[in-house]
Amino acid sequence: MAEHPEGIRRTPLYALHLELGARMVPFAGYEMPVRYRDGILAEHKATREAAGLFDVSHMGQFRIRGDDPAAALETLVPGDIRGLAQGEMRYTQFTNEAGGILDDLMVTRDGDELLLVVNAARKAADYAHLRTRLAGRADIEALEDRALLAMQGPKAAAVLARHAAESGALVFMTAAAMPVGGIDCFVSRSGYTGEDGFEISLPAARAADLARLLLAERELTAVGLGARDSLRLEAGLCLYGHDIDEATTPVEAALSWSIGKRRRAEGGFPGAEVVQRQLAQGVSRRRVGIRPDGRQPVREHAEIRDLEGGPIGVVTSGGFGPSVGGPIAMGYVTAARAAPDTPLGLVVRGKTLPGRVSRLPFVPQRYHRS
Amino acid sequence: MSSIRYTQDHEWLRLDGGTATCGITDYAQEQLGDVVFVELPQVGASYAAGDEAAVVESVKAAAEVYAPIAGKIAAVNDAIVNDPSLVNGDPMGEGWFFQITPDDAAEIESLMDENAYKTFTEGLG
Repeated sequence: MAEHPEGIRRTPLYALHLELGARMVPFAGYEMPVRYRDGILAEHKATREAAGLFDVSHMGQFRIRGDDPAAALETLVPGDIRGLAQGEMRYTQFTNEAGGILDDLMVTRDGDELLLVVNAARKAADYAHLRTRLAGRADIEALEDRALLAMQGPKAAAVLARHAAESGALVFMTAAAMPVGGIDCFVSRSGYTGEDGFEISLPAARAADLARLLLAERELTAVGLGARDSLRLEAGLCLYGHDIDEATTPVEAALSWSIGKRRRAEGGFPGAEVVQRQLAQGVSRRRVGIRPDGRQPVREHAEIRDLEGGPIGVVTSGGFGPSVGGPIAMGYVTAARAAPDTPLGLVVRGKTLPGRVSRLPFVPQRYHRS
Repeated sequence: MSSIRYTQDHEWLRLDGGTATCGITDYAQEQLGDVVFVELPQVGASYAAGDEAAVVESVKAAAEVYAPIAGKIAAVNDAIVNDPSLVNGDPMGEGWFFQITPDDAAEIESLMDENAYKTFTEGLG
């Protein structure tokens, strides 16, 4: 990755982003495209209607090697890693002693090794965490020389098939090494939009070549971080540092589905006692979807009240859903107020606006499962 | 002939007879991105120059629209409430926000003219 004199980093696609008319913003220590010429609404819609290409090279990619990397990693996450078949991947979280979330991540089994993709803002902390806790047990390599592209949308598979014949064999949450456009890549069928799609890991030196090759396909549009956020919010997916953080457990965050059955019984990850107690006895607050009744968006940090005006929670992500056609949000509310359609008061600029708890996701998932 | 004046907060004002039509500039809508929501003032409400009179929200952010001069709201543009994209598509025309009856029309002279605003935005980089 190129280093800018002032310290902010650039991905291998920096020059390409500028050529495409990107507006660049600092994000997690990188200069990243928040949008391109057509803007966030157009990029969001292009992803849901055809396909979008995202530069996510700022995220951390790690490889774990050792005698039993899965058993080693299970000491840090509640997910079922030992049960991963070859090429299979899972979503999980690093937890702390209170059951709080240090980061969320994707874990893929690649032969005897594990591949991790972690959030850009946490990758230094995650690397230190892995190195410290797995010292002597597993070897952690930060893949500094690799880029990551995400291609998401109903046309993503057709576009990728033209350049990677083997990609059609992948189903949701599986991965394999394969050439794409003649470049050796590691491709997973996964993403952060709720659509079918792929994440392509490849050598940084070839990333711009592959991005240009794919963008020549008429169905594909370059998409920035602005639309990436509206897409994931519509999909009901958490953003670390906002919807999940060290003060939220996976149970409170409505992520219990990601905790393996065996792990629930056996524990063996930090904060397991807290998580097990919450699974058995319930939680005092829960992450929920929120639909404001009107047109006014309700954003992060807005206070949530019940009909009597009492405080019952806070919004952790919020904005406008272009595919939904209106404002959407996520937040935490008192467990007794977490049922779908529960009426809520949402405080915006000193006024309380009506809204309600909504099921997640806001738009249907369209993963390619078979 | 009406001439347009501008504020440093990227509002424009056009005096037509006794009332001034106000909106946000092309520079402002470009910075904001796709507008998804506007909140307009009440007709009849009074504002001092620089008071927050309206709110405009894009996908990513909310921004205030200030009264360029002191006065009373004479009309608001419901069209942009129903179709916020008008603010992006025609910010100086169909995307107008409100009309204000000035307390003192001379106040308009203290706002930037077209050339001064152009220089101002070029300096923003």
